[in-house]
This record gives sequence, structure tokens and C-alpha cells, in this order.
Amino acid sequence: MYRYVIKRVLLAILTVFIVSAITFFSMNAIPGGPFSSEKAPSAEVKAALEARYNLDKPVPEQFVIYMGNFLRGDLGVSLKTGRNISTVIGESFPISARLGGAAAAIATLVGLVLGSVAALKRNSILDRIIIFFTTLATAAPSFVLGTILLYVFCIKLGWAPVWSPDSPHYVLPVIALSMYPMAYITRLTKTSMLDALGQDYVRTANAKGVSGMKVIFKHALRNAVIPVITYVGPMTAYILTGSLVVESIFTIGGLGSKFVDSITNRDYTLIMGTTIFLAVLMVTVNLITDLVYKVIDPRIKLD
Amino acid sequence: MEKAVQQMPKKNLLSSQIDLSKFEKATEEEKRQQDVMSESTTFFKDGMKRLMKNPLAVGSMIFLILVILVIIFAPMIVPYDYASINTVNGVRDKGAKNMKPFEYSEMELEYMAQGGTVFPHIMGTDEQCRDYFMRVVYGTRVSLSVGLVASVMVLIIGLLYGSISGYFGGKVDLVMMRIVDIIYSLPDLLMVILLSVVLQATLGTALEGTILARLGSNLIALFVVYALLYWVGMARLVRGQILTIKNNDYVLAAKATGAKSGRIIKKHIIPNCISVIFISTALQVPSAIFTESYLSFLGLGVANPMPSLGSLANYARGGLNSYPYKLLFPAVVIILIVLSFNLLGDGLRDAFDPKLKK
Repeated sequence: MYRYVIKRVLLAILTVFIVSAITFFSMNAIPGGPFSSEKAPSAEVKAALEARYNLDKPVPEQFVIYMGNFLRGDLGVSLKTGRNISTVIGESFPISARLGGAAAAIATLVGLVLGSVAALKRNSILDRIIIFFTTLATAAPSFVLGTILLYVFCIKLGWAPVWSPDSPHYVLPVIALSMYPMAYITRLTKTSMLDALGQDYVRTANAKGVSGMKVIFKHALRNAVIPVITYVGPMTAYILTGSLVVESIFTIGGLGSKFVDSITNRDYTLIMGTTIFLAVLMVTVNLITDLVYKVIDPRIKLD
Repeated sequence: MEKAVQQMPKKNLLSSQIDLSKFEKATEEEKRQQDVMSESTTFFKDGMKRLMKNPLAVGSMIFLILVILVIIFAPMIVPYDYASINTVNGVRDKGAKNMKPFEYSEMELEYMAQGGTVFPHIMGTDEQCRDYFMRVVYGTRVSLSVGLVASVMVLIIGLLYGSISGYFGGKVDLVMMRIVDIIYSLPDLLMVILLSVVLQATLGTALEGTILARLGSNLIALFVVYALLYWVGMARLVRGQILTIKNNDYVLAAKATGAKSGRIIKKHIIPNCISVIFISTALQVPSAIFTESYLSFLGLGVANPMPSLGSLANYARGGLNSYPYKLLFPAVVIILIVLSFNLLGDGLRDAFDPKLKK
């Protein structure tokens, strides 16, 4: 067990390191430094600025300095606004976390319920409706869904106000973000629930007269949830990247829209900082789900 | 038979010999019942037969064929260009801005009154007086070809990498699979965004004057990123398939008769895992279309004026209040194409690989 945990943690650290290295060196490969923009400061000022941000040193050394700062929580300053990137992330991430967290929770809950219902009422009209709906939902990209929701409910019907920091309105963006993972979890739950319902232990439980509800919750669902846990990692990745577009559609000032802005503005240090931050987040979630997965189901062998 | 009955010696009372006189001769009709009714079938024919029985898969296939026909032939029939402003009788029509579907501009109406014929704007026009139907058609062309090319690239790289790793096994496999593990754990879409930004900035000037410049550095960047990152899933799948197949006796027999690695891979291993690989390639197409439209939506997709479904949806956001249909058309096309590929992929999986059926 410990060997496995250590191995996974090392792999996670290596992944973060590789992401950082790719990000850092590829950003440095872009022609034109941060101070060679339209403002064009004098040569002396430029040299002073470059010395200030260690840009006069060779690139590998800059990388070592950057990683050192990163470990201390310092990701440098934005090229466009001059603000500290750690501050920008610190301000905007809670909004994204709330949005993403709500989307993940709703997707999991609704997905589990719909999937179980579809499995228990197999081939009924309800099952068909659920499967039709989820098949459709897996084909709609989040940005299309978000834009349509925005148009219908904010602009045409006026049911929901447009998002503002003072009156945050999370319903529509959460729906846009949670639809795809919800559909996926529904299908996943249906499959694994059907599988669990056909197992011997369910038959035994039924035979010895355990009540229907108890069989479903205690025997079938508990086993059916296990494959769903493996999807938590990919779901986090989907929600994080999905929030990039959903946030900019609903003009939510979270980390996602900051990232999209940094791409449009070609604010390379902000792109770098956000990418590394999100990568660390994803790798951590993946690590935790993998470990939890092995702990929950003792049948799974560690290797 | 009659003769045989007569030739038989008189039956002893206790004899267990069968009495032929009690048997009847089978008529021609009865004989035919013994014929094998179904013709012998190949794996491919059998799978196709099952596929054809799946109405969703057939419907998807018909829809995709229709889409392909439209994107091939529409530019030959519709006299408008996706990149330039509408012209009426050779004159640039600046009044044809943001028209509704099937609406005509003043110049067009005038020209029609004079007896000229104007092809209707099936989906209206955009803010730069371009026919929107043609833009959607070209957008679909771009999105579909990106999806197909990216999937084929993933297939080729994954197939090569996975089969080498799976076939040779041992240390080679260990090292190759570690690399796959690391790439697999990278947050893919973030890397795609990052590399697209970088490749655009660095490729932009390098491509000038070549044939690739027409595609745009964004699209090249997308392909490069796909080739770098997305093959790992395919490589894992292929390796897993090969590991199971290579332990079969027929592979051992081939080895014993002196077949070389290349021949065993080509003749024994690939034919046995081809259906799984083919299905997973079909399911790769919608995911590539998704990625492309996502990047286009972020402004990292194909270069202007070339449209893609994602960038059309992105531009449509600007005038969403006044011209919602501009979002509707590309959105519906993306959803239907992705849906069809998903359903077709599921159908193929059910038809050709019953083991994978969920």
C-alpha cells in the first residue's frame, strides 16, 4: 500500500514538473520578450526591468528561479496589468471553485439517481427518456449549451439576471457545466447498476428476504458507485476546462475567464501561472481519486 | 429400398435388427429441409448485417452521408463565397448585412425586378455581408476534416506505438508505457491551449508562402497537439489487445514455423484487433470535433476568414440578441454531427464487437 502511494505521489510530482517545464520553455520560445511591446522603454529601463525579473539570465536558470518562486507560492506578475499572479488567482479561484464544485456535486447526485432509475426501470418509458436525454446531452458542447441558456433565460425570458459580482447567479452556468458529466455519470451508473443487480450477492439478498430498498441501496448501489468514482478525475478536468468557456459566456470573473482573457491578450506570464495552477489541481484530484478508489474497493489489487 | 426390403431374410422374433418395411422414403421436399439455409458469411458481412438492424446507427450513417454530400456539392451549386462580400451582378452588395434567412437585400430585389435571378440566402447573411449558409457549409467542412484527420493521426501513431510496445514486451514495453503514463496524466486540454498559443506565435511566420499557410497556423497547431498528446489512449488500447492476442496458440505456431515479427504483426495480430481499433477511431472523431470547436470558440482555432463551426458559434455570441439564428445553425450542426458519430460508433461497437457491449 505505502509503496503504491509513494509511487503515485512521485508520479504526480513528476507530472506537475513536466507541465511546468513544458509551459515555461514553450512560453519562452515565443518571440518577443515581455518588455519589447508597444510601449518600448529605453534601453536602460529595459535592462533594469529585465534584471528585476531575472530575464537577463539564461533560460534554464530562469526556470530554476521560477520553480523556486512557484514553490513559495509566487508566480510572478502579469505582463498586461502588472498585478501579482498569485493574487489574481487567489481572488478569482474561489468563484470558479464554487461554480465547479456545485456543477460536480449536481452532476454526481443527479447522475447517480437518473442512472439508478434507468437501471431499475429497465426498458420502461422512463428509462428510454433518460437515455435519450443523456445521449443528446453528451453531444452538446458546453459553450453551445451555455450560450443557448444565456439567450433563452437571460435575454429572452429574463428569468435570470446577467451575472455580476454583487448578485452572483450560479444556476445557469452550473447547468451548462454539469450537463455533460451528469449525462456521462447517468450512463455509467446505469451500466454498473445493471451489472450489480445481476450479481449473486443481490440474488442472495433478495432470496433471504431483505427488503427491496435495502437491496438497492446497501448491495447494488454501493457496488455500482465504484466505477463512478474513477470518473471523478476526468470530470474535474472537464469542469475545469469547461469553466473556461462557460465563465466567459456568462461574464463570470472567475479563474476560467481570466485564463481566456490572458490568451486573447497574449499575457504569457498569466497563461503560464494559470496553467500550472490548474495542472496542480487536476493532478491532485486525480491522485486523491485513485487512492480513494483503491481504499474503497478492497478487491482491486495495488500494483 | 423396396428391393432391399424383399431381400431381407425373414425376421426372427427375438432379433433386434430394424425392420426396413416400417420406414418411409423421404420426399424431395423433406430432403430439402436438411439443406443449409443460410449462406456462409464473413465476419465483416455478419457485422454489417447486425449494424443495418440498428435504426439509430443507420439513421446516423444516412445523416452523415447527407452532410458529406452537402459540403461537397453545395459550393458547386450555391454561387456565393464563404470569404468575400456578396455581389449582385458583379457589384459588391453592401446592403446585404445581417439578413434573415431567405431575405433579399435592396440591390438583389432591384436586380430581380429587372429579371435577374438571385440565389436565396438559405441561412441569411452575416455582419460582413457574406452568405451564412456557405459559411456554415465551409465551417462543417473544416470541423469534419479536422475530426477525421486528427483521428487518423491518432490511429497511426497509437497503432505503431502500441503494437511495438505490446509485441516486444519486457523492458521496451516498460519504458514505452511509462512515457504513455506521463503523457496520459498531463491535463490534455490545458496543454492543447498552451501549445496552440505557442505554436501560433512561433509557426505564424515560419509558414508564410507555403501551402500550409492557407490552413493557418492555428489548425497546424491543433494537428501537432493532437499528434503529440491524444495518441496515448489508442496506444494503450492497441497494446492491451496485442498482449491478449500474442499469447494465442496460432501466434506460437507462426513463430515455430519461422515467421518474422513483421509478418506476425501484419497477418495475425492486426486482423484480430482491427475491429476494436476501428470502433475506437470512429469514437475519436466526435472528440476531435469537440476539441476543435472548443479551441475555435476560445479564438485559437482556424484562421479568419476560414470558418469552423466553433468559431461561427463564437462570432454569433456578439449579436445574440438580434440574430439568434446565427448561433442556432452552427450549434445544431455540431450537435447533430457529434450525436451521429456517437450513435454510429456505439452501433459499430455493438455490431462488430459484442464483447465490448455495455
